[in-house]
Amino acid sequence: MRTIRSRLIAIGGLLVLAVWQLIPTNVTQRVRDPATGRMKDTTIRRVPINLGLDLQGGIHLALEVDQSKGPVPDCADAIQRAEKVVRTRIDEFGTSEPVVQIQGRCRLIVELAGEKDPARAKSIIQRTAFLEFRITDMKNLFRDALPEIDKALRRAGVTVAGQGAAAASVTQLFGTDTGKAKAKAPKGKAAAKDTTDLNAPGALSSLLFQGQLPGEYLVPEEQVPVAESLLARPDVQRLIPRGIELRWGTEVLSRAGRSYRTLYAAEDRPIITGEYLQDAKATRDPLTNQSVVNFVLSRRGGRIFERETGRHVNDYMAIILDGRVQGQPPVIKSQIGQRGQIELGAKPLQDAQDLALVLKAGALPAPLTIIEERTIGPSLGQDSIRDGIRAGVVGVALVVLIMVGYYRLSGVLSVAALALYVVFTLAGLAGFGFTLTLPGLAGLVLSVGIAVDANVLIFERIREELQHGKLVRTAVDEGFKHAMSAIIDSNVSTALTAFILYLVGTGPVQGFAITLIIGIAASMITAIFVVRTFYMIWLDRRPDMVTLSV
Amino acid sequence: MIRLFANANYDFIKWRRWAYGLTAAIIIPGFALFLVRGLNYSIEFTGGTLIQVQTAEPVGPERIRSALDAAGIRDAEIQQFGAANEYVIRARLGRADAVVEGSTETTAAAVDSALARALGPSPDHYKVLRTEAVGPKVGRELQGKAFLAIFFSFIVTLVYLAIRFEWRFGLAAVLATAHDILSTIAFIRYLDLEVSLVVVGAVLTMVGYSLNDTIIIFDRVRENLRKFRRQNLYEILNLSINETLPRSVLTHGTTMATTVALVLLAGEVLRPFALVMTFAIFTGTFSSIYIAAPLLMYIEKRWPGEDARGARALRPAGSVPLTPPPSSGGSEARSKAAV
Repeated sequence: MRTIRSRLIAIGGLLVLAVWQLIPTNVTQRVRDPATGRMKDTTIRRVPINLGLDLQGGIHLALEVDQSKGPVPDCADAIQRAEKVVRTRIDEFGTSEPVVQIQGRCRLIVELAGEKDPARAKSIIQRTAFLEFRITDMKNLFRDALPEIDKALRRAGVTVAGQGAAAASVTQLFGTDTGKAKAKAPKGKAAAKDTTDLNAPGALSSLLFQGQLPGEYLVPEEQVPVAESLLARPDVQRLIPRGIELRWGTEVLSRAGRSYRTLYAAEDRPIITGEYLQDAKATRDPLTNQSVVNFVLSRRGGRIFERETGRHVNDYMAIILDGRVQGQPPVIKSQIGQRGQIELGAKPLQDAQDLALVLKAGALPAPLTIIEERTIGPSLGQDSIRDGIRAGVVGVALVVLIMVGYYRLSGVLSVAALALYVVFTLAGLAGFGFTLTLPGLAGLVLSVGIAVDANVLIFERIREELQHGKLVRTAVDEGFKHAMSAIIDSNVSTALTAFILYLVGTGPVQGFAITLIIGIAASMITAIFVVRTFYMIWLDRRPDMVTLSV
Repeated sequence: MIRLFANANYDFIKWRRWAYGLTAAIIIPGFALFLVRGLNYSIEFTGGTLIQVQTAEPVGPERIRSALDAAGIRDAEIQQFGAANEYVIRARLGRADAVVEGSTETTAAAVDSALARALGPSPDHYKVLRTEAVGPKVGRELQGKAFLAIFFSFIVTLVYLAIRFEWRFGLAAVLATAHDILSTIAFIRYLDLEVSLVVVGAVLTMVGYSLNDTIIIFDRVRENLRKFRRQNLYEILNLSINETLPRSVLTHGTTMATTVALVLLAGEVLRPFALVMTFAIFTGTFSSIYIAAPLLMYIEKRWPGEDARGARALRPAGSVPLTPPPSSGGSEARSKAAV
């Protein structure tokens, strides 16, 4: 009697613990307030089982440091710094319970559950957001170097093979388009005309038209790839004046039906970078209806900015974000202190908000490249849950039917234990904070079928013992005793394979392995301990029982 | 009381040669096909892009193919997936025109815009339900991991069996498991199932499950060897298989109930997994009886154990009468009728 009581207390305790794990709790979530676009905390009540991305929808990204544009010496360090930046950005961007973690040495995993706009999320994560301010080429050093560059190109163009395509398109432009381009080129074209006329067909200078301010050039949109390939040549790079760097602009200007991309020659040393940035806010300029980002520099940054802009009054300042010049460089009218503004033109306010967000979170130490992406729509996840539960209910109903039909009252005991088994498994998932994935759901359903195996083994053994003419009580004892070695062997071997699967698998498959392992543990408890206790109570109530319903 | 196969006394081992023929007839053509054509690996392994879309009306795969062709994405596989208006588009790496600029991620965007052009704007005319873009590096890593998983599970189960059983039992069980993996590969090849990491998971679960079955029978063999000192291994094996038969039928029945429910109801994504698990129940049961048990006999014959009963094992059956366990009688008649 004492043992029954202590066993019941143990089972009751486990059950209370399990149910306590599964009680819906208040969970705080950060969500974006659609009205203001700000983040706010809300609390919702839900059963605390983490659903995998494949069940609730969302986006999974694996990122690595982009080494394609030059090697990054210490990728582990870069990824650690990137993790902090990405985490800050995601927290601001706002999805509930984001996962940002480093996998291995140099890989960053980002999981955003329930995210509905994967393209936007990706651009926010991947954006380097390196902000710098540079003075444009006020002395026109680059323009003066153009003839030399053209000469070098002409020499190379004749002798070096493989430039045929570029050279052909340059001459083609020259033969047919120059007249038109000249006529329609913007007002600064005189300078461009100078160089082109003086040096006859100049491979590079023929592509560039002087812009409105010093250091600004316009390149016809369709010639941008040609210009890019010419500028990337090492012999051209060598001839670009020291202290000057070329940066493409983001703006596409339309002049008389043709579109031009801006190219800026700017000093190679920034007067200040985004690391001094303290705050950034997006607004819409009421006068011009343009999206702008207002930023505030730190006190120290403000002092540097003030000094530098003081030295460059009446110069033009290019605002460069991730290597691209934003908008047209403004002229510095007087000293600028801690506050400044980036104009985004006609772009939607959301772009400005995203830019403010990434500027505030800081720049990534190196560009990140996406090596794996999975996006699951929320409706697909709901379908999966519904189908999985439906399959589970039908499967479990069939198992119940088989067990009760075949083993009758003993079958009922095992089904009662099975109910406990399901509760324990779910509680195990919730309690240890594991994630339920779609394969995990399949594993749960499957493990119900396998979980009764222990009971089948025991019941069959009891039947055999009864057949040998043993008394009911002895038969039950012997049945449990003899079935034990087979149960332990078979469960341990399954658990071992599941454990290996957990070690080498990724997200969803790990979910499957975890569910299987927890299921095995729970089934050992319920099939052996719980069913045994049920039998003890049963035999205790009916000590004179001669036939057992098994 | 329903009793299936109670006190059954079938001479399973006698039919072993027929069983070898049957399993060879399944495995050899399937494996040959596998060697020639390979398996249909998912993009997790090959690298590439998968996009699952749901269209407003069932437009048919041809319409989607023409949309992709117009955008210059050729060589993509298009497959109807579950419902009539759901399609899966797969663009694998390593196929010439399947992937835009070698980047799996931009391909997803290219497919999206191609569909928008052909079918109309997104939420009204079609919906992207799922996107997977896997770079070549991740694919290669995963291949290595899947191989390691199968390899290590073999090693670990071998070690476990060596600890729990004599090595002769362990060897027979592992060889039976190897048989299961071969026949599962043949099965996957016949149905041309897509091999994803989840299917590899199913194969590993199958390994565990089939091993279970073998262990249950061997456990009984171990016990009967101690109990019936006079009988040879042939008889002990038959006796043990017959004694565990009711358990096998019941457990396979309940497991089958769940896997069939998964095949029929759990949706398209889990179907390959559920099909492999359903097949695993058959092959696991088969190999426990017809591969593991006869192998144990051959191994005992070749390298006899202490009492050298295996050396006598291949003597024709019936030279020593098989003694079934003493029975209290009464219920056999009905169970035999059920057979």
